[in-house]
Amino acid sequence: MSGVSAHYKWIAFSTLVRKEVRRFMRLWIQTLVPPVITISLYFLIFGNLIGSRIGEMGGYSYMDFIVPGLILMSVINNAYANVVSSFFSQKFQRNIEELLVSPVPNYIILFGFVIGGSTRGLIVGLVAGIVAMSFSGFYMHNFFIALTVVLLSSVVFALGGLINAIYANKFDDVTIIPTFVLTPLIYLGGVFYSTDLLPEFWRIVSLLNPIFYMVDAFRFGILGISDVNVVYAIFILLIFVVVLFSFALFLLHRGKGLRD
Amino acid sequence: MPTAISIKDLHKTYDNGHRALSGINLEVAEGDFFALLGANGAGKSTTIGIVATLVRKSAGSVEVFGKSVGANSYETKLDLGIVPQEVNFGLFEKVKDICVTQGGYYGLPRRLAEERSEKYLKKLGLWDKKDQQARNLSGGMKRRLLIARALIHEPRLLILDEPTAGVDIELRRSTWKFLQDINKSGTTIILTTHYLEEAESLCRNIAIIDQGEIVENTSMRVLLKKLDTETFIFDSREDLLTAPQLNGFEIELIDSHCFEITLDKSQDINEVFSLLDQQGVKIKSMRNKTNRLEQLFVSLLQQSKIRQSQIETEKEAG
Repeated sequence: MSGVSAHYKWIAFSTLVRKEVRRFMRLWIQTLVPPVITISLYFLIFGNLIGSRIGEMGGYSYMDFIVPGLILMSVINNAYANVVSSFFSQKFQRNIEELLVSPVPNYIILFGFVIGGSTRGLIVGLVAGIVAMSFSGFYMHNFFIALTVVLLSSVVFALGGLINAIYANKFDDVTIIPTFVLTPLIYLGGVFYSTDLLPEFWRIVSLLNPIFYMVDAFRFGILGISDVNVVYAIFILLIFVVVLFSFALFLLHRGKGLRD
Repeated sequence: MPTAISIKDLHKTYDNGHRALSGINLEVAEGDFFALLGANGAGKSTTIGIVATLVRKSAGSVEVFGKSVGANSYETKLDLGIVPQEVNFGLFEKVKDICVTQGGYYGLPRRLAEERSEKYLKKLGLWDKKDQQARNLSGGMKRRLLIARALIHEPRLLILDEPTAGVDIELRRSTWKFLQDINKSGTTIILTTHYLEEAESLCRNIAIIDQGEIVENTSMRVLLKKLDTETFIFDSREDLLTAPQLNGFEIELIDSHCFEITLDKSQDINEVFSLLDQQGVKIKSMRNKTNRLEQLFVSLLQQSKIRQSQIETEKEAG
């Protein structure tokens, strides 16, 4: 890959990110509004109506306790959804060929889609955070940890979305992972409860769920409470980023589902 | 003349066992306007796919301006513009955004990409549609947008896979004129087409591909010389009730003002004129019937099929 200057890479990368951001901003009624409505309903029903009868959890009101998990849930759902739908529809309509015939290196393609997806996740997360403040108080125990966790989580799920899109052959395939894997892992990942409430066996099972570490570490960044050591959680997130990035890059190099 | 593209012993067998290419050899000189003809499924699009890195070759080599083509060949990709057979841009994107984005993929700074988009969209008559979503364009406009997009980085070699398929005659001719102009300015062009008139009008050299093999590779002039017969259409000044009777010539009346005469290689057009003059038939104009290449194409494919069946018969026998 001789001759690819840093300037060229930057232009190709920023073009791809701009295109991805333009796509989800153009479709804002489909991409940005629904998650905000969903999360508002969660706050209203689980936080306000039911939460008031639950009492405290981890030293905070139930509403305050679930806010970090719900924000992170919208971040990872949207980062995943953006990349899986954008990449797969480009593959389906064959306009991914615009990129494949161009000199853009595979890792720039990967960075471009992942940053595009993460950007949507972070915008939705930011709006969800603003909505949350109208239901609960504002807390920020450690901004650096909260930001690190939310960035890494969005990248992990954007990478997951890309891998899903590479393997998908039809539109049904892009909904299988979110429906049968992602949603159960999110709901069992400690968004709505502390794992301290679980029996010993299910508490150990929860430790196998990667989303549990994300939610727990993000809650530590916001509220300062956690079930596991936050350094350990961030380390696991970093491992996921490296493994998924390497695997996605390997698939792009092989041209899986892209080159005959 | 330096070589724009050199294909050597190119093979492609797909995962399902279909052998699309069986050792293609092809060279196109820089500055050429080259036609690659073949029936559906002959291997044209597979060849282009390999050059564009969208299809992986099974064996052989492809070089563009002396540099080997591979999935990561940065320099060859910069020299290459591809106009695919199928529309493959985002239909919900705006026309100008499609071109500017493609410019970015080729490393053009945004301002330059915008200037180039304006230049090529204007040349191809699409500038007034620049803010429309691509899905709103007509079929012919979509095809011209594919050409504008492929030219945005001003490649030295432009490959067009049936660029005027389904395009009306007026748009087709304006596209031809545009392609002739960019060829004159130095861009090498390789064209696949089903319109043999298109290849005959535009291209200086030609290769015919059949069942994954090149069955003919020569200049258009030499190829057309191989024609055994040639048909001319004559327009008469006066009404004709029957076709003129010229001894030794095959004549067919098309309508009361028009007839066609087919000549074989041994016959002379001057003889036709003198015989018509003797019969008092006044000729207003005369033109070549534009299916010369079509006759050749059909005959070459028939010869190729016969050769193929002979080889298979010999194999079975031996």
